[in-house]
Amino acid sequence: MSETNTCKGQASRRGFISLLGKMCATTAVCSGVGTVSLESLAAAASSAAGPAAAPAKPEFPVSGPVPEYDWTKHRWAFGVDATRCIGCLRCVEACKVENNVPFNAQDFRTWVERYVYLEGEDKPRVDSQCDPVNIAAAESAQDYRFSNRYRNEKVTKSFFVPKLCNHCENPACVQVCPVGATYKTPDGVVLIDEKYCIGCRYCVQACPYGARYFNEETQTTDKCTWCYHRITKGLKPACVDVCPVQARVFGDLNDPASDISLFIRSHQISVLKPWTGNGPHVFYNGIDGEVS
Amino acid sequence: MGAFMPIADFIVSPYSGYVYPNETVVPWGVLIVIYPYITGLVAGAFIVSSLYHTFRMESFKPVARLALLSALAFLSFAPAALLSHLGHPERSVEAIWTAHWTSAFAAFAYVAGFYAILLVLEIWFAFRVDIVAMSQTSKGALGRLYRILTLGSTDVSEHALAYDRKWTQVLAAVGIAAAFGLHGYVGFVFGSLKSREWWSSDLMPIIFILSAVVSGVAVLVLVYVVSSKVRKTAIDENCMAGLARVLWGFLLVTIVVETLEYVEMFYRRLEGIAMIKQLIAGPISTGIAIQALFSLLPFAIVTMLLARKVRGNALIGWMSVSSVLLMSAVLAMRWNVVIGGQELSKTAKGVLTYIPGLWGREGVVWAITLLCGSFVFLWILARLLPPWERVRMSE
Repeated sequence: MSETNTCKGQASRRGFISLLGKMCATTAVCSGVGTVSLESLAAAASSAAGPAAAPAKPEFPVSGPVPEYDWTKHRWAFGVDATRCIGCLRCVEACKVENNVPFNAQDFRTWVERYVYLEGEDKPRVDSQCDPVNIAAAESAQDYRFSNRYRNEKVTKSFFVPKLCNHCENPACVQVCPVGATYKTPDGVVLIDEKYCIGCRYCVQACPYGARYFNEETQTTDKCTWCYHRITKGLKPACVDVCPVQARVFGDLNDPASDISLFIRSHQISVLKPWTGNGPHVFYNGIDGEVS
Repeated sequence: MGAFMPIADFIVSPYSGYVYPNETVVPWGVLIVIYPYITGLVAGAFIVSSLYHTFRMESFKPVARLALLSALAFLSFAPAALLSHLGHPERSVEAIWTAHWTSAFAAFAYVAGFYAILLVLEIWFAFRVDIVAMSQTSKGALGRLYRILTLGSTDVSEHALAYDRKWTQVLAAVGIAAAFGLHGYVGFVFGSLKSREWWSSDLMPIIFILSAVVSGVAVLVLVYVVSSKVRKTAIDENCMAGLARVLWGFLLVTIVVETLEYVEMFYRRLEGIAMIKQLIAGPISTGIAIQALFSLLPFAIVTMLLARKVRGNALIGWMSVSSVLLMSAVLAMRWNVVIGGQELSKTAKGVLTYIPGLWGREGVVWAITLLCGSFVFLWILARLLPPWERVRMSE
């Protein structure tokens, strides 16, 4: 994953190094010192000769390991249908495995919340798979399940809400990163260059959704990438693939026939914490105002 | 794998209500409490020095140069707290070379760097005549060091000294704005984050600046009293009374503005107010009590000292007591802001309780070491450049 995550930084640095190399070659020739091969001189001359002589420029920056992938042609978005989610937590496990997320109870790229309204109460009881009661039920902090803790209560309403990074239009996390290690790609995905992140955790603070965690092993911040290594190859994120009830929907907003476009058209959707102005791109169906 | 593996940095915080799973490890610990605290000491100490160097308020002359050295000592240790906190401190230089300018953090190196240069320059002008004198009287390595520190400028004629004074005055004037800017910026880092209800406030930079001056004056009082006792020299009563007046003024405004912040919060009764009440009554209750009590009590003491025109040992003793209390109050305020903000969950449905580790890079021991380190460095600086009186020129 780091390969795709670092593509932007590498591309810009590679360009800079290439330019530096050409400048050095030109300087060496002009000053008559150094040993420069005829081939390299010809290459430098042809690239410096201007647009007429240069090969056709690619329409988009090379984006790492998938050169045929054009990130300007897509606008990815994610849908969550809370009316379908059954809280099986296969998505959480799949994400952990797919993305090497530490198998513990405090680091998650995605998680599931349970909202339960009991008779006579106007506020929901909320928990996630990390709740101590649920961990006790799973008998391990590395297995994820919801305990049947309300079996003796009178439940008036309940639903599950999968959560993940919202890949915002105006991401506060990107705004606050002091080195630009986290950035938004042209296809709308917010990524982290783990080889550049200094580990200040300012982005963890700035995210209003709690979507980021600090990875103790890499000493950098980590979060959901919508499985960028998969979607750039035409696959779906791991959590979407494993969901048995299609509660998670993913697709390209530029394609009117995509799953996400159909999902948005056919549901009354909402986003989380719209007042932040971040412009989240995870769209929810079937949640109420208590979900934040 | 990071080259700087922590020992006990990651402690899962207990919580009540509902918090996001990723919130259970508090991202900014005790080091980020120390960072704005130390930076605040810089600002406060510098302001006192400028009252003499810029406005020629003679009563502050005995502490003016001590205040400059104090500011430098604390400023030298503020980045250490930040660097220790980073997962990859070896990459921190990227925040300078490839600064991402939409980030408030990206400005730190530049803001602190500008301030450091200004401070060092002012110190050089303020101590130049002493450095020249010591370069003539000291022998060996120390003599060589002083000769280097003169930067070849050994002219101590009246004309040259007037030039020094002029530059000191200008730099001190610019430094007042820089000191306010530096600490206002630290407040901005917290106040500008809309994700945290406890932090997101327009008053945050102002509160940080005001409390910084209070803590800076307080530390200066203590350093002055302790150093005078150690050196067995008399403490200037006029100076102490002047410091009491500065402390009183800034403390009054600090208490009023902080009270207004709380009153507004409770009067508005926005959605998260129930959780804020839980936070104040729970995890930070001790911190809030210390902050309130140790601010109001010294305010009453200093008011009495000024109203009754108390002088002598009573003035010095009560000012010392007030300063210790105020330094504790401001440290508690930093804790309440930095830690309290993270103990209030972003879900607005739960409250965490941060438990700092003892050892490790983000542990309490290291934080105290950094804090003590700044005082040790001040001691070294005061040995190198005695701020007490002018060194006599050799005949």
